[in-house]
Amino acid sequence: MKLTSVDWLIMLLYFVFVLGIGFALKRYMKTSKDFFQAGRALPAWVCGLAFISANLGAQEVIGMGASGAKYGLETAHFYGIGAIPAMIFVGIFMMPFYYGSKARSVPEFLRLRFDEKTRALNACSFAVMTVFSSGISMYAMARLIQALHVFDGLFNALGWAPGGIFTFSIVLSAVIVLLYIFLGGLTSAIYNEVLQFFLIIAGFLPLVLLGLKNIGGWAGLKASVPVAYMHEWKGVMHANTNPMGIEIVGIGMGLGFVLGSGYWCTDFLVIQTAMASKNMESARRVPLIAAIPKMFFPFLVILPGLLAIGLPTPHTTTTVHTENGVIYHETNVVSKQVEEGRGLVPAKINPVTGQAMLDASGHPLLDYDMATPNMLLHYFPTGILGLGLTALLASFMSGMAGNVTAFNTVFTYDLYQSYIHKGGSDRHYMAVGRWATVGGILLSIATAYAAINFNNIMDTLQLVFSFVNAPLFATFLLGMFWKRATGHGAFAGLISGTAAAMLHHGLTLPIEAHTGIHGGWLTVVHHYPSDMAQNFWGAIFAFSTNFIVTVVVSLFTKPHPESELVGLVHSLTPKPPRAHNRWWKSPEALAVAILVCAVALNIFFA
Amino acid sequence: MNLDLRIPMGLMFTFTGLILTVFGLRTNGDVALYEKSLGINANLWWGLVLLVFGMTMFLLGRRGQARLAKEPPPPVEEDEVRRGH
Repeated sequence: MKLTSVDWLIMLLYFVFVLGIGFALKRYMKTSKDFFQAGRALPAWVCGLAFISANLGAQEVIGMGASGAKYGLETAHFYGIGAIPAMIFVGIFMMPFYYGSKARSVPEFLRLRFDEKTRALNACSFAVMTVFSSGISMYAMARLIQALHVFDGLFNALGWAPGGIFTFSIVLSAVIVLLYIFLGGLTSAIYNEVLQFFLIIAGFLPLVLLGLKNIGGWAGLKASVPVAYMHEWKGVMHANTNPMGIEIVGIGMGLGFVLGSGYWCTDFLVIQTAMASKNMESARRVPLIAAIPKMFFPFLVILPGLLAIGLPTPHTTTTVHTENGVIYHETNVVSKQVEEGRGLVPAKINPVTGQAMLDASGHPLLDYDMATPNMLLHYFPTGILGLGLTALLASFMSGMAGNVTAFNTVFTYDLYQSYIHKGGSDRHYMAVGRWATVGGILLSIATAYAAINFNNIMDTLQLVFSFVNAPLFATFLLGMFWKRATGHGAFAGLISGTAAAMLHHGLTLPIEAHTGIHGGWLTVVHHYPSDMAQNFWGAIFAFSTNFIVTVVVSLFTKPHPESELVGLVHSLTPKPPRAHNRWWKSPEALAVAILVCAVALNIFFA
Repeated sequence: MNLDLRIPMGLMFTFTGLILTVFGLRTNGDVALYEKSLGINANLWWGLVLLVFGMTMFLLGRRGQARLAKEPPPPVEEDEVRRGH
């Protein structure tokens, strides 16, 4: 890839503004509340856009493109079923307790509602997960920068060894994220997430438009991919008749009710942005505002992958033309990697033999993660290419930033202030938060380097996260809507839910996978048609186990007195005072409108 | 918070739009460069879009900031009363 000075200028401009925002916000950081909670003073639209941007990290942008290329429009279930209903639920029903309880973090809410040990369990697992996630994000970014040869020209010009590109990418992103969070705390992170939100649109919308124009519009796309790829719901009644290999119960329950809700309703990474808004009305509106663009994001992130698979595969061609009686042979050489691929998605090449890697049935394995980046390189001339790459970099960095601010808050409030040093001054905790930022980023860097040396570490980590996260939603659901739930019950439920997820994974295996990291490490009692199906059903088992164990243990233990649960449990909390708005301005009306819109989109693309 | 986000954001997109527009104008008619983007001068057109978007954001932000400066500081939230009764 050849970048010119225009591309560099655009990238540089972004870095200048990102850091500039950090410096501009520094003087407003007077108390720990300013630093960790953005002073609880941000407008709803800013928090709303940050709410979805926090999740719009690398894994999302690259991963959804990859999934679009692999499974087609069915990927949109992650939005329509996985995200939108959960976002509406958290805004309407759960936000009153998060925001109204005055808890400063999600683990702190667990202490108010349940007890100290439930909080400690959640805080520790969450802190570890955020650090590792941001490390994984960093690693993915550095690998992508290597694969796209973004800095190769720069390194050549400066005479540096190209082996340093990985380290350079990691250090560069780490320093920038560190600086702007160190200076401006959560406000800085949120502002940059909003900036990134618009950058992603600015970078990806022209890509989708050009791709669609090239393939011949929507009709052209339909003609060039298999029928099942263009339908969200077709063949969803049975696992064998849709590309993802999962049937409607698994999708609805597993993705919609357990995994989607578990993420959008309990993960402090996204909840922190809603808790930073200026009042209860805004806080409830934050996830709803986020749901509006979320409905349309499949067009931006899934479609590039689908287009990449639908376009004709480039082949080595020789064109012969004569000019002034001289015959010219022009050969356009295409690498094996590209030729063996499908559309713009390259095949995976075995680095030892140089041959394409084949799956069990002899087809070349495709490197789906390259779908979206290859689209950028294919369509963007220099200039706008710089914008596209900046959008990609921005998404990596703000994904990291969200993790880092969530980490420094949970570390400072839920671990340091609670168990290490109680009763310090506010200034002291703010300083601790700043240094926790540094520590968190250093640990992320360590994770990124560990990922190079141990091939499986990323998959293993993500697997462990899924064990911890799967049962979470049951705890919050029972905590907020059943006043009888007790601390012992919640703790036992969380532990047994995670155990159930592990057990399920150890006993089942997707078809065509080997035992080990993919499951079946105890013994195989059931085969799933795809790893997605295994994942969804594992979540359902973990959730159910947590739910049942929490209820049973709660019934045998002493409940909290009702007076302590006001503002934390639905039945004991007075309805949030209706602001002086008209009914159609209320969050509930907005929620209904979004729901109708989401259903309409699903029917249209069924 | 006392900094309206739309100001820096508007500025950034205005500058990005300007860079792309100017570059697009200077390279207008460069067939080899725009072969990738199907013969469309993607830099010029998208630059103009971003320019309009950035300036709108900036102006809205300026108005928002002015209103923020005029308003008295927001009252301290009253929802403490809900705890403990």
